[in-house]
Amino acid sequence: MAKQASAREVLLNPVFNNNPIALQILGICSALAVTSNLDTALVMAIALTSVTAFSNLFIAMIRRQIPASIRMIVQMVIIASLVIVVDQILRAYAFTLAKQLSVFVGLIITNCIVMGRAEAFAMQNPPWASFLDGIGNGLGYSAMLLALGVVRELFGAGKLFGHEILPLVQDGGWYQPNGLLLLPPSAFFLIGLFIWALRMWKKGQQEPATFRLAPQVKEEDNGWKEA
Amino acid sequence: MSSNKESTARTLAVALVVSLVAAVFVAGSAVYLKPVQEQNRQIDKQRSILAIAGIGDAALSAGEVRALFERRIEAQVIDLTTGEIDTSRDPATFDALKAARDPATSVALPGDKDIALIKRREQFATVYRLENDDGQLEALILPVRGYGLWSTLYGFLAIAPDLNTVIGLGFYQHGETPGLGGEVDNPKWKAHWPGKTLFDDAGHPAIRIVKGGVPPGSPDAAHQVDALAGATLTSKGVDHLLAFWLGEQGFGPYLDKLRRDGA
Repeated sequence: MAKQASAREVLLNPVFNNNPIALQILGICSALAVTSNLDTALVMAIALTSVTAFSNLFIAMIRRQIPASIRMIVQMVIIASLVIVVDQILRAYAFTLAKQLSVFVGLIITNCIVMGRAEAFAMQNPPWASFLDGIGNGLGYSAMLLALGVVRELFGAGKLFGHEILPLVQDGGWYQPNGLLLLPPSAFFLIGLFIWALRMWKKGQQEPATFRLAPQVKEEDNGWKEA
Repeated sequence: MSSNKESTARTLAVALVVSLVAAVFVAGSAVYLKPVQEQNRQIDKQRSILAIAGIGDAALSAGEVRALFERRIEAQVIDLTTGEIDTSRDPATFDALKAARDPATSVALPGDKDIALIKRREQFATVYRLENDDGQLEALILPVRGYGLWSTLYGFLAIAPDLNTVIGLGFYQHGETPGLGGEVDNPKWKAHWPGKTLFDDAGHPAIRIVKGGVPPGSPDAAHQVDALAGATLTSKGVDHLLAFWLGEQGFGPYLDKLRRDGA
């Protein structure tokens, strides 16, 4: 980590410059699962942002006390406790959404973004900066989730937040929805397209090719005969 | 801190303190939020009873659900063995699932009778009557449950006043595979149920889930529902749980009595 990045940088860098989904390719599983409509995408985004922020905060507060040998398990205990609390709160105050999100709230525990930020940032930085870093990475995840949610719900169901935007053919309108967008695989294609667009805009994110395939041309006949 | 951070004693102490704090935190939130969650669960159950009976939709607010439920639905506790209504138990507080766990209020089912794989059956059950303003029965809603592939499915079956025609079947809680067995919640599959008839001419439960689609001309088409694609065991579970709850071990005696005395 760069020395003493400003609060603004810590907060906003992960949105476009170092997006956890688009650049680090973390947290893909939940991004496929919960983005078929904006309601669940938004709730998931808020849940993950708060878990990342508070786990970073608590881990940074006790980072000097944590023995290296049990570092990971201590992080996991803190993260898991926060996720359970978030799950309980959702079940109490957003019951129908919690039912739709089903296992995916619980699976925030295994979301690499949370663990990654705890290990990479919160273990070396003071609490306040860690808290902002958690919010920033949560925002990066949220931005991607909401973008996916908008595209999938708008073109897959003609709605945004459940309100009709494009009147569907079956309800007497003109828009023929694309059912593929409601299925999880469509999010793969969309994430791919978003990554492409982001890397065309910010060329610095393009990765050098690690190897190049040689053309499949035989240099000389090595004994193989065409059948 | 003077002692070495990496010593065994320090490691154990940190582990203990972190676990304790986390445990208190988690337990505290669970206990504190429990009443609200309990209320949500109840409303959700009432909502699904109303939806399966064909009135009220998912857009109703919690208050509307409660008001509609109170106005239209009459709950009764019945004795499953005799089919009699038991007025000594309050349907608002009687918990059939709790009763099924208590040996004093339930019977163990021998293997060959336990086709729904629920192990114990309660002596008493809560049934719900959807009534019109004159107190006449419009639908009878029976709680059903049984084991699918991974989990017990909990749901309701709504029957028309002829005590034979299905109004709706739905599950409010289960843990079947999303996309396969989880499709028991799919409105398209649930739409197969209304209009099917449960009993054959001799009065035996005849409703079946069949693979490969229901042949339209077949004499049994009125008793048959197409199985879920890719979910043989969940479909079988639903088939078995209906056979169980409509049979002698389930609501059979109660339905017989209703037929004799008039609904």
